[in-house]
Parts: sequence; structure tokens; C-alpha cells
Amino acid sequence: MASRTASRIVVALKDGVRDARGERVRREILEYLKINLDSVRTIDIYTVDSDLSDDELLAAAQGPFSDPVIQEFTVNQPLAEDFDLLIEVGFRPGVTDNAGRTAREAIQYLTGRCFADEEGVYTSVQYLLKGDLDKATAEKIAADFLANGLIQRWSIVSRDEFDVTKGLPAQPPRVVSSATPEIREIDLEVSDKELMQISRDGMLALNLEEMLEIKAFIADPEVQKKRAAAGVTSQLTDAELEALAQTWSEHCKHKIFSAKINYEDETGKKETIDSLFKTFIVGATRDIRAAKGDKDICLSVFKDNAGVIKFTDDWSMVYKVETHNSPSALDPYGGALTGIVGCNRDPFGTGRGARLIFNTDVFCFASPFYDKPLPPRLLHPRRIFDGVVEGVEHGGNKSGIPTVNGSLVFDDRFAGKPLVYCGCAALMPAQLHGRPGHEKKAQVGDHIVMVGGRVGKDGIHGATFSSEELNEDSPVTAVQIGDPITQRRMFDFLLITRDRGLYSAITDNGAGGLSSSVGEMAEDTGGFEMHLDRIPLKYAGLQPWEILISEAQERMTIAVPPEHLEEFLALSREMDVESTDLGTFTDSGYYHCLYEGKSATYLPMEFLHEGTPQMQIPAKWEIKTHTEPTVADLPSADEALETLLASLNICSKECVVRRYDHEVQGATVQKPLTGVDNDGPADGSVVRPLFDSFAGISTAHGICPRYSDIDTYHMMACAIDESLRNYVSVGGNVDHVAGLDNFCWCDPVESDRTPDGQYKAAQLVRANKALYDYCLAFGVPLISGKDSMKNDYRCANSIAPLSHSESRPAGWFDRLVS
Amino acid sequence: MTQQVRAIVISGNGTNCEREVANACMLAGADVADIVHISRLLAGEVNLNDYHFLNFAGGFLDGDDLGSAKAGANRLRHAQVANSEQTLADQILEFVASGKLVMGVCNGFQLMVKMGLLPALDGDQRQNTTLTFNDGGRFEDRWTYLKVDTDSPCVFTRGLEGIYLPVRHGEGKFVTESDTLLQQLEDHHLSVLKYCEADYQNITMEYPLNPNGSTAAVAGLCDQTGRIFGLMPHPEAYVHRTHHPRWTREELPEEGMGLWLYKNAITFIRENLL
Repeated sequence: MASRTASRIVVALKDGVRDARGERVRREILEYLKINLDSVRTIDIYTVDSDLSDDELLAAAQGPFSDPVIQEFTVNQPLAEDFDLLIEVGFRPGVTDNAGRTAREAIQYLTGRCFADEEGVYTSVQYLLKGDLDKATAEKIAADFLANGLIQRWSIVSRDEFDVTKGLPAQPPRVVSSATPEIREIDLEVSDKELMQISRDGMLALNLEEMLEIKAFIADPEVQKKRAAAGVTSQLTDAELEALAQTWSEHCKHKIFSAKINYEDETGKKETIDSLFKTFIVGATRDIRAAKGDKDICLSVFKDNAGVIKFTDDWSMVYKVETHNSPSALDPYGGALTGIVGCNRDPFGTGRGARLIFNTDVFCFASPFYDKPLPPRLLHPRRIFDGVVEGVEHGGNKSGIPTVNGSLVFDDRFAGKPLVYCGCAALMPAQLHGRPGHEKKAQVGDHIVMVGGRVGKDGIHGATFSSEELNEDSPVTAVQIGDPITQRRMFDFLLITRDRGLYSAITDNGAGGLSSSVGEMAEDTGGFEMHLDRIPLKYAGLQPWEILISEAQERMTIAVPPEHLEEFLALSREMDVESTDLGTFTDSGYYHCLYEGKSATYLPMEFLHEGTPQMQIPAKWEIKTHTEPTVADLPSADEALETLLASLNICSKECVVRRYDHEVQGATVQKPLTGVDNDGPADGSVVRPLFDSFAGISTAHGICPRYSDIDTYHMMACAIDESLRNYVSVGGNVDHVAGLDNFCWCDPVESDRTPDGQYKAAQLVRANKALYDYCLAFGVPLISGKDSMKNDYRCANSIAPLSHSESRPAGWFDRLVS
Repeated sequence: MTQQVRAIVISGNGTNCEREVANACMLAGADVADIVHISRLLAGEVNLNDYHFLNFAGGFLDGDDLGSAKAGANRLRHAQVANSEQTLADQILEFVASGKLVMGVCNGFQLMVKMGLLPALDGDQRQNTTLTFNDGGRFEDRWTYLKVDTDSPCVFTRGLEGIYLPVRHGEGKFVTESDTLLQQLEDHHLSVLKYCEADYQNITMEYPLNPNGSTAAVAGLCDQTGRIFGLMPHPEAYVHRTHHPRWTREELPEEGMGLWLYKNAITFIRENLL
């Protein structure tokens, strides 16, 4: 099929220009791998997979691809020389290549010609190593440091093997797929064992109870009658099973927080808790709001992508915190980048849309100096640290959102799974086109419009994947790389359409993709009809079910009334943002997807959204006794102080904080670094987001995971207390404050794999009890939160995970105090 | 044309500071400060000729994926304005030639340098200087002291000797294609802002006072007319005393130092262009 000839544009620094990137790589190879190289230099490669003329290639090389002051270039000829071994690292097929996307656009501007869908530009980097090393060492450098085998591929060439006239051949990472899209039917009239096999093989994370419920549903004669009448297959389709698995996943349904828990305390006293979420979280907010009466600040809680509270008379404030732990363990950079830009879409897609005003982040890692053997597939904590910090740096900085507050927490038990919390706040008009900005409702007849990036296989099974603990066979497709610029363009466009009143509702495409976003929005109307074949793809060969649940990033789903559709799509084209009309919201009662006219799903909305059976979880608390630590001879005060200041959890984090732009938008008036030399850590931050007002938002957080070894009740209590003290110390008003609770827990459900599940479940109960008690005592309503419940890594030599929770108040005060 | 001072800030494809730049223009006395998405300029809906003061705001144009502002410069050079024979670069050159003011901050400065708008010595519109990766190899957000060349023709720094502003960049190291060019820039007093010590006197190559290893500690550059000006530090990020990192512990005037640059621009426009 592809008869195109790909070309390589090679760009290197001129002689005498400092190669800061190469120097850093050399330094880090020494630090990480203890391999001392004489030098490392780097060369950028653009593989152009399109038939361009020699003149066009040359124009691209000397125009957008190189800097005449510091760089030189060639086309289809190497620039590499004077090295012992060369490693070239590029992306695997289908992995997001942001620089490649920009390079492709640059050539289109330059030539005035559009690329065909299958044409593209791919980037790779050559590392020229000098020093005493063999191929095996180079392989180690590539695999353990330069590249991540999940998303990247590499080739290694010695000086003797290198073709000095041609260099390396052009090998664009084209996605080649011979798959023909089809809708498969699945026979569920099988044994329980086979049902579970279907669930496991498909990475569906559905348990037997749920599989049986689905089996009973499809066998129901009433269902069969309706399916026959609508011309739908009698057996369940693959897309339907995937849609159910996604909707019912722990990630989306929060099954553990909704479960019925039979809790027994240390005295043997028993109680039944019907949903931790409803009892302690929603319950706390309900009771506090009632007590506050007309001083209640909550506007929209627990029902949207993020919580909304009052800010000023004209503006409301939106806040959300997300976790992105599993992907960050596999690909720290891509996982964390996706984490922050994904979290950004939540407040953006709250109500009828909000402008993002600041980010926050909290990371929990094992020591970067960890020197014990690591189990398979775990990256070294130092790589995770570097990758996550860089991912959040690029995600926040490139999106133009200041990162104003955060923490780094170190404990070697985070080696199994790092914790990556990304938070984001936003502002929305209190009133928009005559009704509150935080209200949205899709209307029957509204068009389903997907805006932003295209759909590929990225992130398929992300929702179910993060509901499973990591194991050695985790799929590559679970990893993706965010694209802040595509998202930024989309946000610029959507804020204009919001202000023009062109849509009724908006939500983001995150875990579960269109299946989740359209499925949830359709609850407003009671059904939808969506054409999966209309969805623009990154590359051919996706199955209808893959299109439905793909978690490809940078997409929002919008409900556009028919009378505004034309204006919406026209402005989208003008602003170079891709928008596609996928179908309509209906009141049919059905979750109805079609592919080339054939039904791919035909599920009653109520079965999808209410069908999941409530879990039952036993929980038994016991007080663990800990021996007091014996303190050896105390060192001198000087020595003790120095040791403390050098410890990971106390030492200065300035080198990380400075890598985040904390002042973009010109609103950060209490910065994360403070003191006479601007280098001390601030307790919290204050943002003044309106240029014409001195109203400010102060934000802070608390986190103390080690308390969980003793009692999670007090861990939660301390986290809330710490966050509020931080909040107050930067001027926060305790009468106008709201909280966000975020749980990262290990699996609390007793099983063969989790024999101490009852204790872990009891830990979860106790943390929630403290959440209720302390929020009530302080008068802090909870407005949004997140739970990540499977922070385990399972293998032969298991690393015991830490349970953990974070508390974050967000509030408001009248005027900046001077 | 009315007697209004009209400023424009171009946005889109990764600009991030357009709102605060527009705010700074208004605080400095502009009558109009429009944030205009580049798609409207390319569609021919908005014309640069209707403005006096063109601002290129900070951000990450196209993610700086091909090197800072490289893809952005390529777009301005090659994207055609609808129903016209011109590119946006052509319109910008006309704007410059008509005696008006241009300021680029951070990514906006990178864009101007990579388009050859600066230093444009003796009308040379090639790119012959660049802003590249900091010597530290990292993005950094930190406040810097800047010494003003008081002999510079720069319109924006008139009457100023030193200012304190934050830098927030990963590619801010200024490099010229030759030592001769660097000397010419110095001779013409075009390298108007230099990283210096807290006394605003001694220019420095010492990190972190010089945050990126810039040649000759250059932080900002103007052309020979003094009307075209670019700088890595962010003046729009210090327009009020609450922007200062130590405002809670120091006695500071209400007005931030960054605002002075915008006020000089507005004054010049009132005196020369209305």
C-alpha cells in the first residue's frame, strides 16, 4: 500500500555550540547507570513519510526544522561522526509524537499542500556516545535510560557498522493494520468458568456476578424481542460488552466507595455502612451545608466533573484533583503529562465550561537513591521521579496554567506504584446566558459533537486497567502521551463558543472515552444515537468497539443544538480545530451506536447505568502494636540538624518547584517560593484571578501517609488539619472554604491475592469516619474528590503499598491582607 | 483614525500570556487592548493597520516542538491571509515600517528573533541571533535583576536604569552568529537589558543571577529605531506590587516595574503616532 519514499532530515548543532541536552544525558547516565562516558552528543531526525520534492525537503530543513545560528542540517545524509556507538531512539507505531505533528503542520504551511491521512512526520533522536563501551552496554543505556520500550524503539550502530554516506535508513513507524472493522457477537450461554475467561481475556475486569448479570440480561425474552424488532443481533456484541465493562469499572463506578461494608471495630462492635461515599463524604457536605444555611457556598457538588463553589458575585470557582498512578508507573513522562492535561479537562468541562486558573500537584515516590533489586517491569524510582516531574512541567507550562502548590513525599513503599495527584482550578461566569454557569443539560435533538484530537488505540482499557493491579502483562495500549497544544487550541475555541452560547452541555473524554462521555450526557435526555464510523481516526484499522472506548486524549464531547451546529462547525474550521458531528441525543431509552448503518450497541440506558450490583465488603479493625524505636546515641545538635535537612522529606524542593511556571496568567500573589531570597517553601498559595478585583483564592493541602501504619483515622484527621493550617497561614478565610478528598488505597477487598483485605477495608472505613468528623467540626464541605483503589503491584516479591489520602481546602477571602 | 491608543495582542496555537499583556497595556493607559486570535488575522477579519502597538505574548507556540517559536515563525512567514496576496509576516513588516511599536516577551521575543524582526541590523532580515536552551538544560521560573543600557535608542526603557522581573523559560540563552555581530549590537546599544546583580550595576554571567548563560548577559534587544523590542523576562508579570515575590515583607510602590515599559510605549504613541 505505501509506495511513498520516506526521507530523513538530520539536524545537528554546529561545531563549538554547547550541547546542553547531550551533557545532561552524559551526567545522568553516570548517575543512574554508573557508566562513565567521555561525551554524549545529540542529533535530531525528522523522518518525513510523504513524497516531497528535494526542494521542499531542503526548504523544510533550512526553514522550520533548523536554527541557522546554531544548527546545521542534511537531507538523507548523516551528520553523525566521531563516535564509538550511536543509539537512535524513536517512537513505536501509533504513539503520540507531538513534535512530529508540529513538523507535519510546518511542512503543510511551507508547501501550501495538505498531507494525506496516512502521510506523516516522525521524530527521533540520535545519541552519539564516546567512551569505552560495547554493544551490550549501549543496549543497557538504551533500555534502562534513554528509551522506554513500551512506547519507543531504538537501533544501535557501532562506528564500524555505520554507513557514512547514507546513515541509517528511513523507517517511519507507520501503523500497519490489516484488520477489517467488524462487529463480533459473543456467546454468553457458557459456563461460569468460561464467562470469567471472557472477562480476563478481554481485560474487562468484570467479576462473575457482573458477567452473570449481563448473561441474564441478554437471555431475557423481553430484551430479545426488542432487539429483534430493532434489527439488532440476538447475542451481545463486543462493543456492548466493552461499554458495560467500561461503565461498570471501578474507575468509573467507584464500586468500593459505593459498596455495603460490614465493619467491626476493635471491641467487636459491628455496623453496616451503606456506601462510604454517601455516608461520610456526601453526608458531611449535606450536614455542613444545612448548618451553614444562607452562608452555604456550594453550588454544584458530586454531580459534575468537578465541584463548584461561589467566588464573587459574578464568578464561580471550580476545583478538581485527579490521580494518574498506573500510567505514570509504566511511562512516567507520558503518564504524568496525560495526568495533568487530563485533569485540566475536568474543570474545563464542568457546568458549561470554565477557564483554567491554576494547577497543583502532589507526588509520592520511593527514594531516588533506592538501591535494592526491583521486581520485573518496575522502573527505578529515579526514572519515575524525573519522568513525572518533566511530564507535569510540560503539561502545566505549555498549557499556560501556573502550578502554584504541591508536595513531594518519599517512602520506599511507593516503589511498587508511585502516586501522582494532579489538581486544577477554574473560573466560570456565575450567570451565563440567563442561567447559572454551572448548570448544563443536553437536550433531545442536540447533536453529539466531538472536538479536539483524533481517535487511535491509545489508552484502550485505561478505565479497566487502572482498576487492576499492575502485572507483568499490562498492555502497551494503556500508555498514552498528552498533547497540550492540541488541547490549548481546543480550549481557545470552546471558550468562544461557550460565550456565544452555541452549546447546551460539555464534558470531557477521559477514562472510557466516548462510551463514558456520551453515555453520561445522554442520561439528561434518556438515550442517544451515535455513528462510530464518522469518528476521525489517527490511523485505519480500529474496530468499532475500540473507537467507542478509546481514551485518546484532548477531546471534549459537546451537545450542540441543531440551530447552532453550522456556526459551531464553521468557527471550528476557522480556528483549525477538528469537530465532528457524530449523531444526536435522543429520548429512545437506548445507548445506540452504529457502524456503517449496523447496530454496534443497543443497550437500555437504565441497565447500563443502574445495572451494577452493589459489592459487599467485610472490614475488621484491629489495633496494631508497634514497638517504640530505640534511639541510639544522639548526635550533636549540629549534626542532627544537618541530617534532618538532608533527608528527602525535609530537604529543599526548590529545584523541582522552579521547573513549574507558577506565575503565568499574572495572578499568583502568594507564590510557592517565599522568604527574603525567594527560596523558602510557602505553606500555600494565593491567586488573584480577576484583574479588576482583589478577591483571591488560597489553596493548600495536607498529606501524611505514614500515619496509616498506626491508624488511618488519625492519618485523615492530620491531613485535614494540616491542609487547613496551611490554608489559614496564607490568609485563607475559614468561613469560605471547601475541601477535596483524594484517596489512593491498596485493594481493600479480601481475596486470595489480598488476604489482609478486611484490615485494609477497615482502614478505609476509619479514614472516612475521620473525614466526616473533622470536616464537620471545621465546617469544611467536600466538593469533589477522587479515589484510586488498586495501588498494588503484584509479583513474587511484593512491595507492600502504603495507603494514603490527601486533603485539600480551596477557599476565598475578601481582600489581600498587607 | 481616532485619537485612541490601540494595542493588539496576538493569541493562539500556544500563546499563554495574552490576558496579562492586554491588562498591562490597559493599566499603562491604552484605550484599547484587543486579544485577537491569529485565525481572525489569517481570515482577514482583523487588520494590524488598525493598531499602534503590536504585542507578541509569552507561551509555547506549537509547543516549541521544533525549537522555541520556530514553527510559529514558519506559520507567520508562510500562512496566507485570506483574500490577499500577503502573509502575516508581510503585514507585520508593513506595521514596523510605518513607525509603530512592537514588543515581544519570552516566546514572543523568541518569535521575533527567529523571524529576523530583531536585531534587523541595517535592515538585515535574516535570523542571525537566536535564543536557545539554558545552560542548565532546564526550564526555570525565577526573578532576575536587569540593568538598562541608558544610551540605548529603546523607546520602552526610556528613563529607566534597572528593573526586577521574573524569567520563565527553558530556551533563553542569547547567542549571535558571530562576535562581530555581538560587538555591533553593543556599539549601537541594542542589547538594552542585561542580567545583573541586585545593585542593578554589575552585569553578570553567574548563575542564577544570569539564569541561562546568555552571551554578554543579554536579556532584551531592540532594533536601531528603538521601536521594536523583545525581552525574555516578563514585564506583564509585575504590574502591581502584589506580583512582587516579597510584597508582604517590603515597602513597595503600588505600581510594578514592568508597567514602566508599557507606559513608555503608550507615551511614545500619544506623542508620535496620534
